[in-house]
Amino acid sequence: MPPKMTGARMLWESLLREGVEVVFGYPGGSIMPVYDAMLDYPVRHVLTRHEQGAAHAADAYARTLREQRKVGVAMATSGPGATNLVTGIATAFMDSSPVVFITGQVAAEYLGTDAFQETDVTGVTMPITKHNFLVTQAAEIPRVVREAFHIARTGRPGPVLIDLCKNAQNDEAEFVWPEQVRLPGYRPPERADPDALARANALLRQAQRPVILAGQGVLISGAMAQLQALAETAHIPVAMTLLGLGALPLTHPLALGMMGMHGEYFVNMAIQHADLLIALGMRFDDRVTGKLEAYAPQARKIHVEVDPAEINKNVPVDVALLGDLRTVLEQWLEVVEPQRHDAWLTQIEAWRADTRRRDVVEKVKRNGGGPLRGAEVVQRLWETTANADTIITTGVGQHQMWVAQYYRFGQPYRLVTSGGLGTMGFGLPAGVGAAIAHPDKEVWVVEGDGGFQMTQAEMATAVQEGLNLKIVILNNNYLGMVRQWQELFYERRYSAVLLHNPDFVKLADAHGIPARRVTQRREVDAALAFARQQRGPVLLEFRVPPEDNVFPMVTTSDPLHRMMRRPDQEPHVERTANWAGAAP
Amino acid sequence: MTAVPHTFVVLVENKPGVLNRVASLFRRRNYNIHSLNVGTTQDPRISRMTLVVYTDPAKAPLIEANLYRLVNVIDVQDVTDRPTVRRELALVKVRAPRGLRTEIINLATVFRANIVDATPETLTIEVTGTPEKIDSLIEMLGAAEVLEVVRTGVLAMTRGTVQGKRHLPQGEPAAPAMAAA
Repeated sequence: MPPKMTGARMLWESLLREGVEVVFGYPGGSIMPVYDAMLDYPVRHVLTRHEQGAAHAADAYARTLREQRKVGVAMATSGPGATNLVTGIATAFMDSSPVVFITGQVAAEYLGTDAFQETDVTGVTMPITKHNFLVTQAAEIPRVVREAFHIARTGRPGPVLIDLCKNAQNDEAEFVWPEQVRLPGYRPPERADPDALARANALLRQAQRPVILAGQGVLISGAMAQLQALAETAHIPVAMTLLGLGALPLTHPLALGMMGMHGEYFVNMAIQHADLLIALGMRFDDRVTGKLEAYAPQARKIHVEVDPAEINKNVPVDVALLGDLRTVLEQWLEVVEPQRHDAWLTQIEAWRADTRRRDVVEKVKRNGGGPLRGAEVVQRLWETTANADTIITTGVGQHQMWVAQYYRFGQPYRLVTSGGLGTMGFGLPAGVGAAIAHPDKEVWVVEGDGGFQMTQAEMATAVQEGLNLKIVILNNNYLGMVRQWQELFYERRYSAVLLHNPDFVKLADAHGIPARRVTQRREVDAALAFARQQRGPVLLEFRVPPEDNVFPMVTTSDPLHRMMRRPDQEPHVERTANWAGAAP
Repeated sequence: MTAVPHTFVVLVENKPGVLNRVASLFRRRNYNIHSLNVGTTQDPRISRMTLVVYTDPAKAPLIEANLYRLVNVIDVQDVTDRPTVRRELALVKVRAPRGLRTEIINLATVFRANIVDATPETLTIEVTGTPEKIDSLIEMLGAAEVLEVVRTGVLAMTRGTVQGKRHLPQGEPAAPAMAAA
């Protein structure tokens, strides 16, 4: 006879069976039985300062533990607790992150009565979860947890929400752990159709100018070795999406770098001149394609994807290979023939040389002067930590793009950033999650001054948990990316982008976090060394030019090759540089 | 892009909220539902939907793929171009003054429709058939004053052993596996 226990205990019994060791969350009235039962289970609970922080932390925890196939768990109470999770759920959904969200709900008999702290959370989250469950009876809990984790981590991963009525937490039932998951409608494709693969391979054989587009799917399915083998065997250069960075080390001769709106000129030129694109686990987002009608006009297209709904969604493709990316690439490697594309790679190298000449950091080196630039800080951070086991988390905006351009990621799972949703304030809570997942690694949060203030309360979490977290704020005193767009597309009419910021060093001090402000180039290395010596959280504020821009840039209405290049003259950068030494 | 009506037969798990998930998907992806019918099947665990959607034919596979993103969706068939029995039921209430009653009843007979309610002022006609047949009856009733119309939306079933089109390779068909379980 199976043991009888409360639903709250059944939840923890089930979570332990799914390998859960850490839960990020925030308690409240409708989830109290679960929090009470938690005390009897060997689980680390991280109390964030806002439910959104718990959601992002669980997301980053999962993204940096992909190899271990970990699922992040975030927990909150009903009503406002649950609605505060929503931005984090949407972030995880857009970036295919496996997170199980558990929310308290009013007792089943009060559902639909507008009870205190009642919100229709399954209704609210339906379009931003892979699946969700409303649990009204204790006996359902083991099956629901089993299904939720299975759905979250398989196929195209994504967030799953379990809304747990309070009576289901309190009532007793027999604990029966299901031996098998029975989801008749859930069948993610695994192996590619052999005929489609033969057609793809024929396209590759004919190609003179192929380019691989590596997306996050490479990291999700752990197909880095297979990607490298395919690229090397058929001599194909590899461009990466923002979330695909790390799929192939940037030191690899066939690695190009990031494509798209702020991708490097030579990468986008390669895509626009290609005669074959092989898209691996990426979804032709508008930030990657530029103007769709003019996207890679000469290229045949092969799309390898686990989610059939991505095929022909934005870009029509010639061959679709549906399946788990690593499995499909292994199938392909059995039949691919060695090729050389030397002329094509020589052409790309010529474009690359022109890119280098315009590079911000190269220019600073040539001129030896001017104000300290955001890009330069990231470059120095990379040079300093490249050989350490480092994870970088970011917010969204200019600093994020500088990280993507100047931190030369050499390994997968080292960049944690909000790509699809573009969630400002993601950086610090993501850093909390990454630092808990990887106490042995250096975790650096790179944030802007705007985004940092959205979730800065999680500094307290970092202190409470004793996390070895290095926080870098690239402070340009503006909402920089919005200001950049206003400069370029709204005739420099700056609307609601100037920030009156707090003293970030004092703010850190109030949390007991050691901090330094850096205004000069010559102070950078010492500050980075100071941060690396600290155990526990540390904060560095870098004053960078308010009117610096992220280039190159493709506007949303332009084809990918029509880029705004890095300018030779940057009068705004020079003119506004002297604010850096000013008092906060 | 020209939107033409596409008919999908969709098998879903018979669970609370599934209809909402399907409707929510169509709203979110901006697909234009013409009619949606849900009902039970021979298996109490499975419900069957017949969906008519206006779409560019090239986008039909995407609708199928998006339906499969819903965990509770078991099987999707596009029966648009397949030999199919299509039926809809309608109730049509018309004002029926003394001088028009015989004409209305004769018209119903021509359409093999039944008079299912009669009052001194009105007649209610029950008609079953293809949507086109029902359209045509309502048009013919134009001389009388149509007071109310309710239609079920079309039900579709392929003829004989014909299967609907599956745009995507879907591995093992799930419905038989479910029946065996």
